[in-house]
Amino acid sequence: MTDSIESQVVAIIAKKRKLDSAQVTLDSTFEELGVDSLDAADLLFSFEDTFGIVVPDETAQSMKSVRQVVDGVRRLVADRAGA
Amino acid sequence: MRRVAVTGLGVVSPVGIGVDAFWRRLSAGSGGVRRITQFDPTGFIAQAAAEVDGFDPLAYFDETAVAPLDRFSQFALVAADEAWQQSAVTLGEDERDRAGAIVASAMGGVISQDDAYRRLYAGGNVRFHPFTVPRVMNNAAAGHVSMRLGLRGPTLSTATACAAASHAIGEAAEMIRAGRADVMVAGGADAPIAPGVVRAWEALRVLAPIADDPVRTCRPFSKDRLGMVLGEGAGVVVLEAWERAAGRGATILAELAGYGATADAAHLTQPGLHAPVRAIAIALDQAGLAPDAVDYVNAHGTATRLNDSAETAILAHAFGAHARRLAISSTKAMHGHAMGATGGLEFVATVLALQRGVAPPTINYTERDPECDLDYVPNTAREMPIRAAISNSFAFGGLNAVLAIRRV
Repeated sequence: MTDSIESQVVAIIAKKRKLDSAQVTLDSTFEELGVDSLDAADLLFSFEDTFGIVVPDETAQSMKSVRQVVDGVRRLVADRAGA
Repeated sequence: MRRVAVTGLGVVSPVGIGVDAFWRRLSAGSGGVRRITQFDPTGFIAQAAAEVDGFDPLAYFDETAVAPLDRFSQFALVAADEAWQQSAVTLGEDERDRAGAIVASAMGGVISQDDAYRRLYAGGNVRFHPFTVPRVMNNAAAGHVSMRLGLRGPTLSTATACAAASHAIGEAAEMIRAGRADVMVAGGADAPIAPGVVRAWEALRVLAPIADDPVRTCRPFSKDRLGMVLGEGAGVVVLEAWERAAGRGATILAELAGYGATADAAHLTQPGLHAPVRAIAIALDQAGLAPDAVDYVNAHGTATRLNDSAETAILAHAFGAHARRLAISSTKAMHGHAMGATGGLEFVATVLALQRGVAPPTINYTERDPECDLDYVPNTAREMPIRAAISNSFAFGGLNAVLAIRRV
Protein backbone atom coordinates (compact mmCIF):
# COMPACT_ATOMS: atom_id res chain seq x y z
CA MET A 1 0.00 0.00 0.00
CA THR A 2 2.78 2.39 0.97
CA ASP A 3 4.76 1.61 -2.14
CA SER A 4 1.65 1.87 -4.20
CA ILE A 5 0.89 5.40 -2.97
CA GLU A 6 4.45 6.49 -3.61
CA SER A 7 4.64 4.95 -7.05
CA GLN A 8 1.26 6.31 -8.06
CA VAL A 9 2.14 9.83 -6.90
CA VAL A 10 5.42 9.65 -8.81
CA ALA A 11 3.67 8.31 -11.90
CA ILE A 12 1.07 11.11 -11.84
CA ILE A 13 3.70 13.81 -11.45
CA ALA A 14 5.92 12.30 -14.13
CA LYS A 15 3.04 12.06 -16.59
CA LYS A 16 1.86 15.65 -15.99
CA ARG A 17 5.37 17.04 -16.21
CA LYS A 18 6.28 14.82 -19.18
CA LEU A 19 9.22 13.33 -17.26
CA ASP A 20 10.57 9.83 -16.90
CA SER A 21 9.45 8.31 -13.57
CA ALA A 22 13.12 7.81 -12.68
CA GLN A 23 13.59 11.60 -12.75
CA VAL A 24 10.97 12.05 -10.00
CA THR A 25 12.33 11.03 -6.59
CA LEU A 26 11.02 11.45 -3.06
CA ASP A 27 13.47 14.31 -2.61
CA SER A 28 12.41 16.18 -5.74
CA THR A 29 10.86 19.55 -4.93
CA PHE A 30 8.05 21.10 -6.94
CA GLU A 31 10.44 23.88 -7.83
CA GLU A 32 12.98 21.42 -9.27
CA LEU A 33 10.23 19.71 -11.21
CA GLY A 34 8.95 23.00 -12.59
CA VAL A 35 5.60 22.68 -10.81
CA ASP A 36 4.07 26.15 -10.35
CA SER A 37 0.95 27.05 -8.38
CA LEU A 38 -1.47 26.23 -11.20
CA ASP A 39 0.28 22.91 -11.92
CA ALA A 40 0.11 22.14 -8.20
CA ALA A 41 -3.66 22.73 -8.12
CA ASP A 42 -4.00 20.42 -11.14
CA LEU A 43 -1.82 17.72 -9.52
CA LEU A 44 -3.76 17.91 -6.26
CA PHE A 45 -6.97 17.40 -8.22
CA SER A 46 -5.48 14.20 -9.71
CA PHE A 47 -4.32 12.96 -6.28
CA GLU A 48 -7.79 13.58 -4.87
CA ASP A 49 -9.38 11.61 -7.72
CA THR A 50 -6.88 8.77 -7.61
CA PHE A 51 -6.93 8.23 -3.86
CA GLY A 52 -10.51 9.30 -3.12
CA ILE A 53 -9.41 11.99 -0.67
CA VAL A 54 -9.91 15.72 -0.15
CA VAL A 55 -6.73 17.73 0.33
CA PRO A 56 -7.55 20.84 2.39
CA ASP A 57 -5.91 24.10 1.29
CA GLU A 58 -3.74 24.24 4.44
CA THR A 59 -2.36 20.75 3.71
CA ALA A 60 -1.92 21.62 0.05
CA GLN A 61 0.20 24.62 0.98
CA SER A 62 2.64 22.41 2.86
CA MET A 63 3.15 20.12 -0.15
CA LYS A 64 6.24 21.45 -1.86
CA SER A 65 8.10 18.20 -2.52
CA VAL A 66 7.27 14.66 -3.60
CA ARG A 67 7.99 13.40 -0.07
CA GLN A 68 5.57 15.93 1.44
CA VAL A 69 2.92 14.90 -1.07
CA VAL A 70 3.39 11.19 -0.37
CA ASP A 71 3.32 11.74 3.40
CA GLY A 72 0.26 13.97 3.16
CA VAL A 73 -1.63 11.61 0.86
CA ARG A 74 -0.75 8.65 3.08
CA ARG A 75 -2.14 10.48 6.14
CA LEU A 76 -5.34 11.45 4.34
CA VAL A 77 -5.84 7.90 3.02
CA ALA A 78 -5.32 6.53 6.55
CA ASP A 79 -7.75 9.10 8.00
CA ARG A 80 -10.31 8.06 5.43
CA ALA A 81 -9.79 4.35 6.23
CA GLY A 82 -10.11 5.12 9.96
CA ALA A 83 -13.21 7.25 9.56
CA MET B 1 -4.43 63.85 -29.52
CA ARG B 2 -7.56 64.94 -27.69
CA ARG B 3 -7.72 64.96 -23.90
CA VAL B 4 -10.31 62.93 -22.01
CA ALA B 5 -12.45 64.26 -19.15
CA VAL B 6 -14.24 62.12 -16.58
CA THR B 7 -17.63 63.77 -16.04
CA GLY B 8 -19.77 61.11 -14.37
CA LEU B 9 -19.44 58.23 -11.91
CA GLY B 10 -21.85 55.44 -11.05
CA VAL B 11 -21.61 52.49 -8.70
CA VAL B 12 -23.50 49.46 -7.50
CA SER B 13 -21.30 47.76 -4.93
CA PRO B 14 -21.17 45.58 -1.84
CA VAL B 15 -20.32 48.73 0.11
CA GLY B 16 -23.20 50.78 -1.14
CA ILE B 17 -25.41 51.54 -4.10
CA GLY B 18 -24.58 54.97 -5.46
CA VAL B 19 -21.33 56.90 -5.36
CA ASP B 20 -22.03 58.72 -2.09
CA ALA B 21 -22.78 55.54 -0.17
CA PHE B 22 -19.80 53.81 -1.79
CA TRP B 23 -17.40 56.56 -0.76
CA ARG B 24 -18.81 56.84 2.75
CA ARG B 25 -18.10 53.16 3.40
CA LEU B 26 -14.73 53.12 1.59
CA SER B 27 -13.40 56.13 3.43
CA ALA B 28 -14.68 54.75 6.74
CA GLY B 29 -12.95 51.41 6.10
CA SER B 30 -16.27 49.61 6.34
CA GLY B 31 -16.13 46.29 4.47
CA GLY B 32 -18.91 44.49 2.61
CA VAL B 33 -17.74 40.89 2.85
CA ARG B 34 -20.19 38.55 4.57
CA ARG B 35 -21.40 34.94 4.59
CA ILE B 36 -22.97 34.26 1.19
CA THR B 37 -26.75 34.81 1.14
CA GLN B 38 -27.52 34.29 -2.57
CA PHE B 39 -27.34 30.53 -2.05
CA ASP B 40 -26.68 28.32 0.95
CA PRO B 41 -22.87 28.01 1.12
CA THR B 42 -22.89 25.23 3.72
CA GLY B 43 -20.24 22.69 2.76
CA PHE B 44 -18.33 25.14 0.57
CA ILE B 45 -14.69 25.90 1.35
CA ALA B 46 -15.24 29.55 0.44
CA GLN B 47 -18.37 30.69 2.24
CA ALA B 48 -17.72 34.43 2.16
CA ALA B 49 -18.35 36.92 -0.63
CA ALA B 50 -18.88 40.63 -1.01
CA GLU B 51 -22.54 40.88 -2.00
CA VAL B 52 -24.56 43.92 -2.98
CA ASP B 53 -26.86 44.41 -0.03
CA GLY B 54 -30.52 45.25 -0.45
CA PHE B 55 -30.60 45.51 -4.24
CA ASP B 56 -34.25 45.32 -5.28
CA PRO B 57 -34.49 45.22 -9.09
CA LEU B 58 -38.12 46.33 -8.96
CA ALA B 59 -37.03 49.59 -7.38
CA TYR B 60 -35.33 50.36 -10.72
CA PHE B 61 -37.18 48.36 -13.40
CA ASP B 62 -40.78 47.27 -13.87
CA GLU B 63 -41.53 43.55 -14.29
CA THR B 64 -41.49 43.66 -18.07
CA ALA B 65 -38.23 45.58 -18.22
CA VAL B 66 -36.47 43.33 -15.72
CA ALA B 67 -37.35 40.04 -17.45
CA PRO B 68 -34.46 40.03 -19.97
CA LEU B 69 -31.96 41.43 -17.44
CA ASP B 70 -29.56 39.19 -15.55
CA ARG B 71 -28.36 40.66 -12.26
CA PHE B 72 -25.12 41.88 -13.91
CA SER B 73 -27.04 43.89 -16.51
CA GLN B 74 -29.27 45.32 -13.79
CA PHE B 75 -26.17 46.51 -11.95
CA ALA B 76 -24.71 47.96 -15.16
CA LEU B 77 -27.86 49.94 -15.96
CA VAL B 78 -28.23 51.37 -12.46
CA ALA B 79 -24.56 52.43 -12.40
CA ALA B 80 -24.72 53.84 -15.94
CA ASP B 81 -27.84 55.86 -15.08
CA GLU B 82 -26.12 57.38 -12.07
CA ALA B 83 -23.00 58.27 -14.05
CA TRP B 84 -25.06 59.70 -16.90
CA GLN B 85 -27.12 61.86 -14.56
CA GLN B 86 -24.04 63.19 -12.81
CA SER B 87 -22.42 64.05 -16.13
CA ALA B 88 -25.56 65.95 -17.20
CA VAL B 89 -24.66 65.14 -20.81
CA THR B 90 -27.35 65.88 -23.34
CA LEU B 91 -27.00 64.55 -26.86
CA GLY B 92 -28.47 65.94 -30.06
CA GLU B 93 -29.62 63.38 -32.63
CA ASP B 94 -26.38 63.57 -34.66
CA GLU B 95 -24.26 63.45 -31.52
CA ARG B 96 -25.74 60.08 -30.61
CA ASP B 97 -23.82 58.54 -33.51
CA ARG B 98 -20.59 59.70 -31.88
CA ALA B 99 -21.43 58.46 -28.38
CA GLY B 100 -20.89 54.82 -27.38
CA ALA B 101 -20.41 52.39 -24.53
CA ILE B 102 -17.86 49.79 -23.52
CA VAL B 103 -19.25 47.73 -20.68
CA ALA B 104 -17.06 44.86 -19.52
CA SER B 105 -18.15 41.58 -18.06
CA ALA B 106 -15.90 38.66 -17.27
CA MET B 107 -18.68 36.22 -16.43
CA GLY B 108 -21.78 37.58 -18.20
CA GLY B 109 -25.13 36.34 -16.93
CA VAL B 110 -23.61 33.41 -15.13
CA ILE B 111 -26.30 33.23 -12.43
CA SER B 112 -28.98 32.83 -15.13
CA GLN B 113 -26.81 30.21 -16.86
CA ASP B 114 -26.04 28.33 -13.64
CA ASP B 115 -29.78 28.23 -12.84
CA ALA B 116 -30.83 27.07 -16.30
CA TYR B 117 -28.16 24.39 -16.52
CA ARG B 118 -28.95 23.09 -13.05
CA ARG B 119 -32.60 22.69 -14.04
CA LEU B 120 -31.52 20.88 -17.22
CA TYR B 121 -28.85 18.56 -15.83
CA ALA B 122 -30.21 17.93 -12.35
CA GLY B 123 -33.92 18.34 -12.98
CA GLY B 124 -34.24 17.16 -16.57
CA ASN B 125 -36.06 20.36 -17.47
CA VAL B 126 -35.50 20.82 -21.19
CA ARG B 127 -37.60 23.98 -21.54
CA PHE B 128 -35.31 26.99 -21.36
CA HIS B 129 -36.79 30.44 -21.08
CA PRO B 130 -36.44 32.31 -24.40
CA PHE B 131 -34.59 35.10 -22.58
CA THR B 132 -31.79 32.76 -21.50
CA VAL B 133 -29.39 33.76 -24.27
CA PRO B 134 -30.14 37.49 -24.07
CA ARG B 135 -29.64 37.36 -20.30
CA VAL B 136 -26.45 35.31 -20.37
CA MET B 137 -24.46 36.92 -23.18
CA ASN B 138 -21.47 38.96 -22.00
CA ASN B 139 -22.38 41.93 -24.19
CA ALA B 140 -25.93 42.20 -22.78
CA ALA B 141 -25.02 45.03 -20.43
CA ALA B 142 -23.37 47.04 -23.21
CA GLY B 143 -26.44 46.60 -25.40
CA HIS B 144 -28.84 47.62 -22.65
CA VAL B 145 -26.80 50.70 -21.76
CA SER B 146 -26.73 51.81 -25.40
CA MET B 147 -30.51 51.37 -25.68
CA ARG B 148 -31.23 53.07 -22.38
CA LEU B 149 -29.10 56.13 -23.10
CA GLY B 150 -29.55 56.26 -26.87
CA LEU B 151 -25.88 55.73 -27.72
CA ARG B 152 -25.36 54.76 -31.38
CA GLY B 153 -21.58 55.01 -31.70
CA PRO B 154 -18.97 52.30 -31.00
CA THR B 155 -20.44 49.95 -28.41
CA LEU B 156 -18.92 46.68 -27.23
CA SER B 157 -17.88 44.65 -24.23
CA THR B 158 -14.50 43.49 -23.03
CA ALA B 159 -14.04 40.13 -21.33
CA THR B 160 -10.49 40.31 -20.00
CA ALA B 161 -11.34 38.79 -16.63
CA CYS B 162 -10.09 40.80 -13.66
CA ALA B 163 -8.90 43.65 -15.89
CA ALA B 164 -11.99 43.82 -18.12
CA ALA B 165 -13.42 47.10 -16.81
CA SER B 166 -10.02 48.80 -16.83
CA HIS B 167 -9.55 47.75 -20.43
CA ALA B 168 -13.08 49.02 -21.16
CA ILE B 169 -12.35 52.44 -19.66
CA GLY B 170 -8.93 52.65 -21.29
CA GLU B 171 -10.15 51.63 -24.74
CA ALA B 172 -13.11 54.03 -24.48
CA ALA B 173 -10.66 56.84 -23.74
CA GLU B 174 -8.61 55.82 -26.78
CA MET B 175 -11.73 56.07 -28.96
CA ILE B 176 -12.23 59.63 -27.78
CA ARG B 177 -8.55 60.48 -28.29
CA ALA B 178 -8.66 59.03 -31.79
CA GLY B 179 -11.73 61.11 -32.64
CA ARG B 180 -14.00 58.12 -33.19
CA ALA B 181 -16.36 59.22 -30.43
CA ASP B 182 -16.97 62.30 -28.31
CA VAL B 183 -18.78 60.73 -25.36
CA MET B 184 -18.26 57.20 -24.01
CA VAL B 185 -19.93 55.36 -21.15
CA ALA B 186 -17.41 52.84 -19.84
CA GLY B 187 -16.91 50.40 -17.02
CA GLY B 188 -17.88 46.90 -16.06
CA ALA B 189 -20.47 44.74 -14.36
CA ASP B 190 -20.50 41.23 -12.96
CA ALA B 191 -22.68 39.15 -10.65
CA PRO B 192 -20.80 35.88 -10.23
CA ILE B 193 -21.98 34.70 -6.81
CA ALA B 194 -23.40 31.38 -8.02
CA PRO B 195 -22.61 27.88 -6.72
CA GLY B 196 -20.92 26.73 -9.92
CA VAL B 197 -18.69 29.80 -10.06
CA VAL B 198 -17.65 29.58 -6.41
CA ARG B 199 -16.79 25.88 -6.83
CA ALA B 200 -14.71 26.65 -9.91
CA TRP B 201 -12.76 29.33 -8.03
CA GLU B 202 -12.33 27.06 -5.03
CA ALA B 203 -10.63 24.53 -7.31
CA LEU B 204 -7.89 27.07 -8.06
CA ARG B 205 -7.14 27.22 -4.33
CA VAL B 206 -7.03 31.01 -4.29
CA LEU B 207 -10.18 31.82 -2.28
CA ALA B 208 -9.89 32.70 1.39
CA PRO B 209 -11.83 30.61 3.91
CA ILE B 210 -14.40 32.68 5.77
CA ALA B 211 -13.02 34.44 8.85
CA ASP B 212 -14.72 34.22 12.26
CA ASP B 213 -15.73 37.80 11.57
CA PRO B 214 -16.59 37.48 7.85
CA VAL B 215 -15.76 41.12 7.08
CA ARG B 216 -12.12 40.25 7.93
CA THR B 217 -11.82 37.48 5.31
CA CYS B 218 -9.91 39.48 2.67
CA ARG B 219 -6.55 40.88 3.87
CA PRO B 220 -4.52 42.33 1.01
CA PHE B 221 -0.79 42.82 1.58
CA SER B 222 -1.04 41.60 5.18
CA LYS B 223 1.21 38.69 6.12
CA ASP B 224 -1.81 36.68 7.29
CA ARG B 225 -3.63 36.98 3.95
CA LEU B 226 -5.34 33.77 2.85
CA GLY B 227 -6.64 34.59 -0.61
CA MET B 228 -9.21 36.50 -2.52
CA VAL B 229 -12.93 36.97 -1.93
CA LEU B 230 -15.40 37.14 -4.81
CA GLY B 231 -17.52 40.24 -5.18
CA GLU B 232 -20.16 41.66 -7.49
CA GLY B 233 -21.41 45.00 -8.70
CA ALA B 234 -20.86 47.60 -11.41
CA GLY B 235 -18.61 50.60 -11.77
CA VAL B 236 -19.35 52.86 -14.74
CA VAL B 237 -18.07 56.29 -15.76
CA VAL B 238 -18.83 58.87 -18.41
CA LEU B 239 -15.83 59.96 -20.46
CA GLU B 240 -15.97 62.97 -22.70
CA ALA B 241 -13.73 64.82 -25.10
CA TRP B 242 -12.17 67.56 -22.99
CA GLU B 243 -13.20 70.44 -25.25
CA ARG B 244 -16.78 69.24 -25.33
CA ALA B 245 -16.98 68.91 -21.56
CA ALA B 246 -15.28 72.25 -20.94
CA GLY B 247 -17.35 73.92 -23.65
CA ARG B 248 -20.65 72.98 -22.04
CA GLY B 249 -19.42 73.97 -18.59
CA ALA B 250 -19.48 70.42 -17.24
CA THR B 251 -17.96 69.63 -13.87
CA ILE B 252 -14.81 67.72 -14.80
CA LEU B 253 -14.02 65.26 -12.03
CA ALA B 254 -10.57 64.23 -13.28
CA GLU B 255 -8.57 63.90 -16.45
CA LEU B 256 -8.13 60.34 -17.66
CA ALA B 257 -4.62 61.10 -18.80
CA GLY B 258 -3.03 57.74 -19.51
CA TYR B 259 -3.75 54.10 -20.26
CA GLY B 260 -1.31 51.24 -20.58
CA ALA B 261 -2.24 47.75 -21.77
CA THR B 262 0.30 44.95 -22.00
CA ALA B 263 0.50 41.16 -21.85
CA ASP B 264 2.97 38.96 -19.99
CA ALA B 265 2.87 36.29 -22.72
CA ALA B 266 4.17 33.92 -20.07
CA HIS B 267 1.84 32.25 -17.59
CA LEU B 268 -1.90 31.70 -17.33
CA THR B 269 -2.30 32.64 -13.67
CA GLN B 270 0.97 33.87 -12.20
CA PRO B 271 1.50 37.61 -12.38
CA GLY B 272 4.55 38.75 -14.32
CA LEU B 273 6.88 41.63 -13.59
CA HIS B 274 8.07 43.33 -16.75
CA ALA B 275 4.77 43.59 -18.61
CA PRO B 276 2.87 45.18 -15.69
CA VAL B 277 5.79 47.57 -15.13
CA ARG B 278 5.63 48.46 -18.82
CA ALA B 279 1.85 49.06 -18.55
CA ILE B 280 2.47 51.55 -15.74
CA ALA B 281 5.26 53.23 -17.73
CA ILE B 282 3.07 53.52 -20.85
CA ALA B 283 0.20 55.03 -18.84
CA LEU B 284 2.47 57.57 -17.15
CA ASP B 285 4.19 58.41 -20.43
CA GLN B 286 0.90 59.03 -22.21
CA ALA B 287 -0.20 61.18 -19.28
CA GLY B 288 3.08 63.11 -19.31
CA LEU B 289 3.45 62.26 -15.64
CA ALA B 290 6.81 61.74 -13.98
CA PRO B 291 6.69 58.78 -11.58
CA ASP B 292 7.17 61.10 -8.61
CA ALA B 293 4.08 63.10 -9.60
CA VAL B 294 1.90 60.13 -8.62
CA ASP B 295 0.66 60.15 -5.03
CA TYR B 296 -1.88 57.32 -4.87
CA VAL B 297 -2.13 53.80 -6.30
CA ASN B 298 -5.32 51.78 -6.23
CA ALA B 299 -3.70 48.36 -6.32
CA HIS B 300 -4.95 45.20 -7.95
CA GLY B 301 -4.34 43.78 -4.44
CA THR B 302 -6.27 40.51 -4.60
CA ALA B 303 -4.91 39.22 -1.26
CA THR B 304 -3.51 36.06 -2.80
CA ARG B 305 -0.04 35.14 -1.64
CA LEU B 306 1.37 35.55 -5.15
CA ASN B 307 -0.38 38.70 -6.37
CA ASP B 308 0.44 40.98 -3.49
CA SER B 309 4.16 40.25 -3.36
CA ALA B 310 4.37 40.41 -7.17
CA GLU B 311 2.50 43.72 -7.26
CA THR B 312 4.81 45.14 -4.61
CA ALA B 313 7.78 44.24 -6.80
CA ILE B 314 6.02 45.74 -9.84
CA LEU B 315 5.49 49.05 -8.03
CA ALA B 316 9.08 49.07 -6.75
CA HIS B 317 10.36 48.59 -10.30
CA ALA B 318 7.98 51.08 -11.89
CA PHE B 319 8.44 53.87 -9.35
CA GLY B 320 11.97 53.26 -8.00
CA ALA B 321 12.70 55.11 -4.79
CA HIS B 322 9.38 56.97 -5.07
CA ALA B 323 7.51 53.67 -4.47
CA ARG B 324 8.12 54.15 -0.73
CA ARG B 325 6.32 57.49 -0.81
CA LEU B 326 3.23 56.20 -2.62
CA ALA B 327 0.00 55.67 -0.73
CA ILE B 328 -1.16 52.27 -2.00
CA SER B 329 -4.45 50.64 -1.13
CA SER B 330 -6.48 47.65 -2.18
CA THR B 331 -10.14 48.49 -1.84
CA LYS B 332 -10.90 44.84 -2.71
CA ALA B 333 -10.66 44.11 1.01
CA MET B 334 -13.96 46.03 1.25
CA HIS B 335 -15.79 45.48 -2.08
CA GLY B 336 -14.33 42.08 -2.94
CA HIS B 337 -12.99 40.96 -6.28
CA ALA B 338 -15.90 41.82 -8.50
CA MET B 339 -14.32 40.22 -11.59
CA GLY B 340 -15.21 42.24 -14.70
CA ALA B 341 -16.67 45.02 -12.54
CA THR B 342 -13.74 45.38 -10.22
CA GLY B 343 -11.67 47.71 -12.41
CA GLY B 344 -14.72 49.97 -12.70
CA LEU B 345 -15.30 50.08 -8.94
CA GLU B 346 -11.60 50.74 -8.39
CA PHE B 347 -11.41 53.45 -11.04
CA VAL B 348 -14.37 55.23 -9.42
CA ALA B 349 -12.65 54.85 -6.03
CA THR B 350 -9.47 56.33 -7.53
CA VAL B 351 -11.29 59.34 -8.99
CA LEU B 352 -13.05 59.96 -5.65
CA ALA B 353 -9.75 59.66 -3.77
CA LEU B 354 -8.15 62.23 -6.07
CA GLN B 355 -11.11 64.59 -5.94
CA ARG B 356 -11.56 64.48 -2.20
CA GLY B 357 -7.92 64.25 -1.17
CA VAL B 358 -8.39 61.05 0.78
CA ALA B 359 -6.66 57.71 0.20
CA PRO B 360 -9.06 54.93 1.16
CA PRO B 361 -7.51 52.31 3.42
CA THR B 362 -6.50 48.69 2.96
CA ILE B 363 -8.59 47.18 5.74
CA ASN B 364 -7.83 43.96 7.65
CA TYR B 365 -4.13 44.75 7.60
CA THR B 366 -2.60 43.27 10.72
CA GLU B 367 0.92 42.11 10.01
CA ARG B 368 3.79 43.31 7.85
CA ASP B 369 4.98 40.85 5.21
CA PRO B 370 8.68 41.26 4.34
CA GLU B 371 7.69 40.70 0.70
CA CYS B 372 5.12 43.53 0.89
CA ASP B 373 7.13 46.39 2.32
CA LEU B 374 5.42 49.51 0.96
CA ASP B 375 2.80 51.85 2.44
CA TYR B 376 -0.62 50.24 2.06
CA VAL B 377 -2.59 52.85 4.03
CA PRO B 378 -3.40 50.23 6.66
CA ASN B 379 -6.91 50.20 8.11
CA THR B 380 -7.58 53.94 8.28
CA ALA B 381 -8.17 56.38 5.44
CA ARG B 382 -5.60 59.12 5.03
CA GLU B 383 -6.24 62.74 4.13
CA MET B 384 -3.57 63.80 1.69
CA PRO B 385 -3.29 65.92 -1.43
CA ILE B 386 -3.42 63.63 -4.48
CA ARG B 387 -2.10 65.24 -7.67
CA ALA B 388 -2.27 62.11 -9.80
CA ALA B 389 -3.11 58.46 -9.26
CA ILE B 390 -3.10 55.13 -11.05
CA SER B 391 -5.38 52.12 -10.86
CA ASN B 392 -3.83 48.70 -11.59
CA SER B 393 -5.59 45.64 -12.97
CA PHE B 394 -3.77 42.41 -13.76
CA ALA B 395 -5.89 39.61 -15.23
CA PHE B 396 -5.42 35.88 -15.58
CA GLY B 397 -3.89 35.25 -18.94
CA GLY B 398 -1.25 37.82 -18.03
CA LEU B 399 -3.34 40.71 -19.36
CA ASN B 400 -2.56 44.03 -17.70
CA ALA B 401 -4.35 47.38 -17.75
CA VAL B 402 -3.29 50.53 -15.92
CA LEU B 403 -5.25 53.79 -15.87
CA ALA B 404 -3.66 57.10 -14.88
CA ILE B 405 -5.69 60.11 -13.78
CA ARG B 406 -4.75 63.67 -12.96
CA ARG B 407 -6.37 66.39 -10.90
CA VAL B 408 -8.13 69.06 -12.88
